[in-house]
Amino acid sequence: MNVLHAIGLTLLFLLTTLSPSGAAESDLRAIIAKFATAKGFSETGAVVHELTAAGDPAVERPLSALADGNLYVRKADSLVFIGKETGESVQLFDPLSGEASGEAAKDDITKIKVNNTLRRVIRDALGTLTLGAKDPAVRIAAADTMFKTPDAANIGPLETAIAGETVASVKALLEQARAASVLVSDRPEADKLAAVALIGARGDRDAVSLLTSVEASASGAVKDAATAAIANISSTLALWDAGQNIWYGISLGSVLLLAAIGLAITFGVMGVINMAHGEMVMLGAYTTFVVQQVIRTSFPGLFDWSLVIALPLAFLVAAFVGLAIERGVIRFLYGRPLETLLATWGVSLILQQAVRSIFGPTNQEVGNPSWMSGSFDVGQLAITWNRLWILVFALTVFGVLLYVMKRTPWGLQMRAVTANRRMAASMGIRTPWVDALTFALGSGIAGIAGVALSQIDNVSPNLGRGYIIDSFMVVVFGGVGNLWGTLVGAFSLGIVNKVLEPYAGAVLGKIVVLVLIILFIQKRPRGLFALKGRAVEA
Amino acid sequence: MRGNFSTITKMVSASVVAAGLMMAAPARAADDTIKVGILHSLSGTMAISETTLKDAMLMLIDEQNAKGGLLGKKLEAVVVDPASNWPLFAEKARELISKDKVAAVFGCWTSVSRKSVLPVFSELDNILFYPVQYEGEESERNVFYTGAAPNQQAIPAVDYLMSEDGGSVKRWVLEGTDYVYPRTTNKILEAYLKSKGVAAEDIMVNYTPFGFSDWQTEVSAIKKFGSAGKKTAVVSTVNGDANVPFYKELGNQGIKAEDIPVMAFSVGEEELAGLDTAPLVGHLAAWNYFESVDTPENKKFIADWHKFIKNDKRTTNDPMEAHYIGFNMWVKAVEKAGTTDPDKVIDAMIGVSVPNLTGGYSTMMPNHHITKPVLIGEIQADGQFETVSRTPGLVMGDEWSDYLPDSKDLISDWRAPLSCGNFNVATGKCGGKGTN
Repeated sequence: MNVLHAIGLTLLFLLTTLSPSGAAESDLRAIIAKFATAKGFSETGAVVHELTAAGDPAVERPLSALADGNLYVRKADSLVFIGKETGESVQLFDPLSGEASGEAAKDDITKIKVNNTLRRVIRDALGTLTLGAKDPAVRIAAADTMFKTPDAANIGPLETAIAGETVASVKALLEQARAASVLVSDRPEADKLAAVALIGARGDRDAVSLLTSVEASASGAVKDAATAAIANISSTLALWDAGQNIWYGISLGSVLLLAAIGLAITFGVMGVINMAHGEMVMLGAYTTFVVQQVIRTSFPGLFDWSLVIALPLAFLVAAFVGLAIERGVIRFLYGRPLETLLATWGVSLILQQAVRSIFGPTNQEVGNPSWMSGSFDVGQLAITWNRLWILVFALTVFGVLLYVMKRTPWGLQMRAVTANRRMAASMGIRTPWVDALTFALGSGIAGIAGVALSQIDNVSPNLGRGYIIDSFMVVVFGGVGNLWGTLVGAFSLGIVNKVLEPYAGAVLGKIVVLVLIILFIQKRPRGLFALKGRAVEA
Repeated sequence: MRGNFSTITKMVSASVVAAGLMMAAPARAADDTIKVGILHSLSGTMAISETTLKDAMLMLIDEQNAKGGLLGKKLEAVVVDPASNWPLFAEKARELISKDKVAAVFGCWTSVSRKSVLPVFSELDNILFYPVQYEGEESERNVFYTGAAPNQQAIPAVDYLMSEDGGSVKRWVLEGTDYVYPRTTNKILEAYLKSKGVAAEDIMVNYTPFGFSDWQTEVSAIKKFGSAGKKTAVVSTVNGDANVPFYKELGNQGIKAEDIPVMAFSVGEEELAGLDTAPLVGHLAAWNYFESVDTPENKKFIADWHKFIKNDKRTTNDPMEAHYIGFNMWVKAVEKAGTTDPDKVIDAMIGVSVPNLTGGYSTMMPNHHITKPVLIGEIQADGQFETVSRTPGLVMGDEWSDYLPDSKDLISDWRAPLSCGNFNVATGKCGGKGTN
């Protein structure tokens, strides 16, 4: 009898260990089914807690689906599914196994609502569950979450994870997360002091954030240590802040350079006050939009290449429009700046309204390719990829333009016509032709600037408006007719603007920069790098 | 509420476009129709927002005509284009009232355009329906405000963030564009937060210029402010167009809605249409209407709109609902008064109640503001809002904020015998701070 009993028990034990999910899975399903009846966010939150308390890694699937807003309840039988929207219907998947379970119309299912608080709860819960994940990136994310939301209960799982961790960088993060959890636990003071030292060595804003809350709640030696660590980190961060302002300034400078560089040709070299310059930028941005639309509908795989494809097209579109403007309007107005100003202003309005009529008045969505999204850290400095690429791009465009102007026959002719039109004409240069091509070049460059600006600004008919004044400012400040002046002008204006901004605010900062430029122009009417020679006096 | 720098350039543009339109404007005068003026910018910077409202009005007028018109007459829309030029708004309003003899005008978006037409409406005694959320501190006899007053948007939004559901926010960034609506709203919010025990060092106020596109410094300042160990949220009154680069920068710098949510008062479905919303999921907006609201009225409205505009992708938004409510109220008041005479209609308007699109009724109050529910929505990956909170009842628009020292004693009641837009209850006299 006893033997039989023992065998029976062993069998039972074997059964449960062989299929551990068998019993647990039905439990999990029972918990998941409660989502269907939970009313309001707090009840849904309670179910999430119950689900994570089960401690089974299998709950990751339904929880991440819930956080992404993909968990649905079927109205007919109150069963919970993971759903994927495909047009009018929703494909259903089993919440635990992920197996396909048919389809449902949108009206037959209801989405389980989540809000930010609930998303945070889920994220924290998933943190503990994904500590043992295979992908180091997931473990890093888990460590990061646990660092930001310290909990004494996390110490145990974290210590296990630290013991099993092989990647040094992940291990360091896990130890910091453990230290954060120690600080909110009732561990002895010595442990806490060690934890403060460890977190202090991390030296970033998250560390300050955590230590500030420790400082507020702790007492005695821990409080003092936290205060000292905060002061230490803050002084280092102040240096990084200064570096950050300079970087932001360089980044703004690269945007200004891009916007102004085409104008440096048409206004700087040719002397045409082209108020439609901003609209060339806008046309470039709309070309990018059209290219992306075509790619989205016909070649979705090429999306990351959309900007590269858009560049030559934007150049051609804007250059062609520029050519048409020069041949149609501006060539009759050379030497009459006021009329040129008014005529090109009119042209800019026509272009704006034309775009508004064709594409509508609303903003168009231009997506960022994956290599232009997100940021990376250099020390305590977060550098966003799109800004970095725009800087690289602006400098490249500048380099190419400089080469064209200084090293090609066309550039030589351009400079000759600018320096002395009549002499150049006498030497056999077809000045009208050079004028037209130069204007087209300047417009084309504005067009490719539009491709870059579409990544950081609104693509709307008003896009150009925002840049025209800044562009003129840069060219005038840098010195009319000098490409290097435009470069230096753009970067110095950008840096001055961004260094002032944290202290004076964006509005006052801009005013101060404008006043400085006015004073500067009073002193040096020809800008930073004035052209010298007889031609200038003419 | 939104607006832009007035520049010489804009005036040139406006007059060019205006000249073109004046020639095209119909000059018919028929007695068998009732004319309705539509005063929304169709060109210039505000065209992005206002063109949609013009189309919504044309649709509503069409529908009313299909139902047999009003008082046995057909309605006729008179569309003018004030071209985002504030002085031109006044001129065009005068033209609508004096030359076209319209019975009522639906229009304006920015506060400055509304202020510019106010004298025209009181001088020529006509009616303006203003459909956009605004800063309050105004109540005019000739204007009916169908958009939200600050207490119908800003205050409930902040209440939500302070609640447990909203994340029990303790630290506040008030980020706005530098003009009258954000400045007044933030003044009210600052006073309100302080009355709720928020310390001055836990509030950061920052303003940026119109069309601002380089948000790096501001976003990193928000990040820094948010790393003080207390739950932080941003309350954004940033103007429509500057929002796209603002949200892009937030996404790029990795600020997630779970950590620092942004509550916006000027971002609706229309603004999100120009954005990839995947990195923005969870950021919030407070309005009185969302396209995603699931009611039969709203479904019908969206279907009608798509049919009218012949584009299934066009979104609906809060100011459109405001026009829907305002127009239906006007129709009802005209039927009640039996005439389109503005004086009689103004009196008949008070107390008129019509269905709104969120499943209830909105009523015109004696202060010329309406009752509305307040909804808080979170941005979803598909560019729509998911309602996460809704005021239990309707909120009555409060034109004079109780949180500002100069306006807390003022009330407005346009019914006889008081008939006053700024009655001071402390002194018992009509005429407090006045209409600035």
